[in-house]
Amino acid sequence: MRYLPLTDADRGEMLAKVGASSINDLFVDVPEHARLKGPIEGLPMHASEMAVERHMRALSKKNLAAGDAPFFLGAGAYRHHVPASVDHIIQRGEFLTAYTPYQPEIAQGTLQMLFEFQTQVARLYGCAVANASMYDGSTACWEAIAMAGRIARGKRKKVVLSGALHPHYAEVVRTMAKFTDDEIAEAQPSLQGSPDLEGLIGRIDEDTSCVVVQYPDILGRLSDLEKISQAAHAKGALVIAVNLEPVALGAVKSPGEMGADIVVGEGQALGVGLQFGGPYLGLFAVRDPKHVRMMPGRLCGETQDAEGKRGFVLTLSTREQHIRREKATSNICTNSGLCALAFNVHMSLLGEKGLRQLAAENHRLACLAADKLAAVPGVTVLNDSFFNEFTLMIGQDARKVVRKLADDGILAGVSLGRLFPANDALSEGLLVTLTETTSEEDIDTLCAALKEVLA
Amino acid sequence: MNAPNKSGWKPSAPVSGDTESATFTGNRALMLEEPLIFEIGHTETTGVDLPDPQTDAPNRLGGLERKAEIGLPGLSEPECVRHYTRLSRQNYAIDLGLFPLGSCTMKHNPRLNEKVARMPGFADVHPLQPVDTVRGALEVINELAFWLIELTGMHGVAMSPKAGAHGELCGILCIRAALEARGDARKVVLVPESAHGTNPATAAFAGYEVEDIPATAEGRVDLEKLKARLGPDVAAVMITNPNTCGLFERDMKAISDAVHAAGGFVYCDGANFNAIVGKVRPGDLGVDAMHINLHKTFSTPHGGGGPGSGPVVLSEALSPYGPLPFTARDRDGVVHLVEEENAAEYDHTKAFGRMTAFHGQMGMFTRALAYILSHGADGLAQVAEDAVLNANYILRSLEDLLHAPFGESGPCMHEALFGDQGFAEGLSTLDLAKALIDEGYHPMTMYFPLVVHGAMLVEPTETESKAALDQFILALRSVAERAIAGDETLKTAPYYAPRQRLDETQAARKPILAWEGELAPGGAAARSEVGGQ
Repeated sequence: MRYLPLTDADRGEMLAKVGASSINDLFVDVPEHARLKGPIEGLPMHASEMAVERHMRALSKKNLAAGDAPFFLGAGAYRHHVPASVDHIIQRGEFLTAYTPYQPEIAQGTLQMLFEFQTQVARLYGCAVANASMYDGSTACWEAIAMAGRIARGKRKKVVLSGALHPHYAEVVRTMAKFTDDEIAEAQPSLQGSPDLEGLIGRIDEDTSCVVVQYPDILGRLSDLEKISQAAHAKGALVIAVNLEPVALGAVKSPGEMGADIVVGEGQALGVGLQFGGPYLGLFAVRDPKHVRMMPGRLCGETQDAEGKRGFVLTLSTREQHIRREKATSNICTNSGLCALAFNVHMSLLGEKGLRQLAAENHRLACLAADKLAAVPGVTVLNDSFFNEFTLMIGQDARKVVRKLADDGILAGVSLGRLFPANDALSEGLLVTLTETTSEEDIDTLCAALKEVLA
Repeated sequence: MNAPNKSGWKPSAPVSGDTESATFTGNRALMLEEPLIFEIGHTETTGVDLPDPQTDAPNRLGGLERKAEIGLPGLSEPECVRHYTRLSRQNYAIDLGLFPLGSCTMKHNPRLNEKVARMPGFADVHPLQPVDTVRGALEVINELAFWLIELTGMHGVAMSPKAGAHGELCGILCIRAALEARGDARKVVLVPESAHGTNPATAAFAGYEVEDIPATAEGRVDLEKLKARLGPDVAAVMITNPNTCGLFERDMKAISDAVHAAGGFVYCDGANFNAIVGKVRPGDLGVDAMHINLHKTFSTPHGGGGPGSGPVVLSEALSPYGPLPFTARDRDGVVHLVEEENAAEYDHTKAFGRMTAFHGQMGMFTRALAYILSHGADGLAQVAEDAVLNANYILRSLEDLLHAPFGESGPCMHEALFGDQGFAEGLSTLDLAKALIDEGYHPMTMYFPLVVHGAMLVEPTETESKAALDQFILALRSVAERAIAGDETLKTAPYYAPRQRLDETQAARKPILAWEGELAPGGAAARSEVGGQ
């Protein structure tokens, strides 16, 4: 077998060395009744590289790749152009096949990258400190809520979720909260051009540990987080801002700048790719450095070696499971190191200038598309504000329309019915996303198709 | 066999504080210093070609347009590729050599898997596309799920957990959901002292009190003491099998039977499944839930700390509680995605919820499936056999020199455990590990499991040749002899790595967790100052 270097002669010599007459002597501690006598029945035997590639390619071809269709999906996963050098760098074996940097003398590549990544994320979010990544945005969101609970020392039990938080994120929160004794105060999104800030603020009280607000929100709208921060802080509650599209922050104010205390999000949009939902990249940052010791996950810090050279290490690990065990701030161990590298490289290629250009181009296309789509009979644009994603109201069940357009080879967006299956009031909403990968021709194709299907 | 390298060249012993080889730049030929991007990049430099924004264009940003500078430096493409290539060379990796981190399973990562994961039909597919446009992706999930169920002898599998610890949490939450469904609130989870730190952290995160399970002198769970502790307050036991001492828990079935008789559930930490895949099925030993680290057993790359993937196989008793989304094949053979809205249709209404936004680590599923299909049922059993043989070869080649606390407890499985007994006073496992770095190896896992003083847990994996093992054994013997003899130069090893020992105390006392300087006015000026190139 091509992945196994031992020859039968090697195996014989090694068995002799360990004093075993056959390999089964080494499995003697497995009870007789449980030992498998041969390959498990009904499973295929080994296969050549060519055969496996052929099989996987056939499966791959059963999917409609985003690049092969006019494509308008977002809702927490965004398709951006990833420069070729990003994938080249993350495939270097020294990054790809390294482990978590527990031996810093021979892991400075990963550690320096993480330090750069943490700095990029902190600056993008307007925060003091970011960690070295979480699994994805949804798990980072729950970890932020758990952290807010620690900061409140368990004295405040209420978590206020904005109705315009991604429903899958809300579902993760709801799931986890079943097993803690947090009270989750939820709402449904209001179908208005602007988010219902008054309603959200009205739900914050003296028992609230945190208020969780998505920016831009699940309908694509932008809220002035400063108003929420002022109201929350007046009640002693923290603000957790959740950003699913980091490119937006090249165009709009950062959540930290507007007073959010913990900023979390999904970093997939930069460097990582769609990948049918994973692996993605959870981003996690705090505005106030005094909260650092309450943070979950790995942190990389600067220090010096014995010769006085600058170097980097994983630090503050007394928060973590391998030291603190049941008293750890989180059970997280492996995070999203390679995705953090992809983000770091993509962001380094963009830089301030490139990120702002990228954001401007996304917004330009979104404005153009919004105007063209608004001219389609039966379509109205819900949003007063948006970045690269907005909600259309199309007057009929958007799920069916999306399926119909998919049959015609157009990936038209995400229906609100797919996101909120239990809320019939939202069923006519269609969330449409534009990025630099969308052509103006694609926009015209969508307009024409919608015009036909809605007629 | 006795030559330290194939050319027969014998190096002289390392000397501390060697200044003879100092260079003007601080570089040492191929060992290159590299500044931070903040020291070489600039806010006006970019490595992408995008149109300049129209400054007078109206926007619809709700009055929230960003005015302040973010402070993100950019690099041109050549600068970028060079920066990261230089950084990469400061990393040790499996591609460079043996990486014997016990419990972490650093095996070769086949490149076919990388190629497959990048096929557009997998890499460029959105998780919320209409189901009819992603049938192939769902088939991948289903096909991998089928293999995981068959290889473990379990009933079902939750595919969405994002890594091992996330899988542990999934399994424990299934147990809690099952107990709550029968109105049986239990408070305690039992965990051996030798367990991974994630086990107690997970149980605590899920709201349980954690208590230790005692071990016997031979390094296994003490069945009698465990039985004595079981009772109506114990929700679950979490057992790692093979355990972190590298031993198979012989009494696993008896443990499971006792836990079940007391109304509890058995969680198995599957981090070490690579030792037994194709040889024994955890389902036959009474396990109720076990996570599988695809990045360990099934060779998806560790990537410098993730992404991982931690599907959880479940017994029949726990399967109904598995989190959404999951995939199921209907009678017509068509694969369906089961989500909140159609859970009833597929008879999966007791799911405890959702653990992540989308369907799990698809990019890892494609890699793991390609790996599994390559090996097949026969090859996977060979994987376990070779992993175990390699570990025993290391154990028996070193136990005359290094203290093997459980060397008499029977064969080890996929990893060999040693302790620091016999080292000269003042020298530690850490010193030996750092000396191993100078010899060109990544050290073994140190100080874990906690039950052995100065523990050294060596896991060679099946992807090492006999020649590579022989060379490693010689190197390890050499540094062990120095530790036993009291060679003080070990205390300041490594000498030849990109960095000498780093001051971790300073890092924790005054944490510097982000670069705080002002960006330099131009990239080139900063570079000559800092990088000295």
